[in-house]
Amino acid sequence: MKPRHKKISFIALAVFGLSAVTLLILNTFSSNIVFFHSPTDISEGKAPINQTFRLGGMVKDNSVKHNKDGLKVSFTVTDTIKDINVTYKGILPDLFREGQGVVVQGKLLQTGEFKADQVLAKHDENYMPPEAKAAMEQAARTLLLPKK
Amino acid sequence: MIFQKYAAPKYFYPLAGKCLPWFGTLAILTICAGLYLGLFVAPPDYQQGETVRIMFIHVPAAWMSMFIYAMMAGAAAIGLVWKIKLTDTFITASAAIGASFTLLALLTGSLWGKPMWGAWWVWDARLTSELILLFLYLGFMSLHSAIDDPRRASRAGAILLLIGVINLPVIHYSVEWWNTLHQPTSVARIDGPRIHSSILTPLLIMAVAFKLFYVSVVLIRMRSSILDNEADSRWLQEQGA
Repeated sequence: MKPRHKKISFIALAVFGLSAVTLLILNTFSSNIVFFHSPTDISEGKAPINQTFRLGGMVKDNSVKHNKDGLKVSFTVTDTIKDINVTYKGILPDLFREGQGVVVQGKLLQTGEFKADQVLAKHDENYMPPEAKAAMEQAARTLLLPKK
Repeated sequence: MIFQKYAAPKYFYPLAGKCLPWFGTLAILTICAGLYLGLFVAPPDYQQGETVRIMFIHVPAAWMSMFIYAMMAGAAAIGLVWKIKLTDTFITASAAIGASFTLLALLTGSLWGKPMWGAWWVWDARLTSELILLFLYLGFMSLHSAIDDPRRASRAGAILLLIGVINLPVIHYSVEWWNTLHQPTSVARIDGPRIHSSILTPLLIMAVAFKLFYVSVVLIRMRSSILDNEADSRWLQEQGA
């Protein structure tokens, strides 16, 4: 082997080895890197009880109820399999709406209700102008109509 | 070989000088075109409204932060194996630009996050790994400048850069591997981009513009660093003074 080839293979081997080690470490700590738990995780007992953690999912349609005093709000977070009721007192972010992703931080109460002290809206990967969205909804409606 | 010839500062310096006006002009033109299309022509997003326009800076800056690091690491590997002095000139010229783009991506992301998510900063995998990238840039720059012997400095810096390469796939795949608050990839997807063409076009123009800007600035910085290092050499004295 030429010294240069030796060097190349050494660098390649070192980078490969380090990547493998990192991958193993990340894999091991995977559950700690997770930013939020889904309602299914909670029902399976994977989420910590009596401790602050984050719950993530979709805001269920027609579940958002604003309290009369204005700041209190309750809604249901779902991952389409399990639902969890959330109560929150504070200002909601711009993107918070029904059918959209949400991450709430707080505690799970004994009653099974989640008391949030922070609500973060999660954006999805779709970007389009309002007209395109309207056209898509129109197309979806015409597709659905004959079935009814 | 033609490439080997231009790895010598004597030939690289005038070549870079000839290329610079072209890259510089194109960079200015594409930045103006991209910003105009992005800020005035592109429609608002159906969910985010006008705030979506931050993306035209944020996303290309984040791409650049990873692209420049990959370039530096590639040059570091070449430098270690073939012992070409010019790679170190290129790496040190790139570092501050890469760090600036990383900072720009983090800051613009933060400005977007507050109104959209409801938080300036969260410790999710995407944001944290991008912050680590900034620390890698800063770590490289301080390590390189802390060692006096230029050959040892470039060796140590190159090794640090190569170790840090691991962070690049972690940044890219963080949104797939773990639950994150940051949204998943919209553009580089197997099933095609999830961005409407009216928003995607200015985004891609800005991405090209930032690359041209990077090439222009790196050429300027490399030229001045060559002037610095080769001040006493014969070819330079013959050419300039």
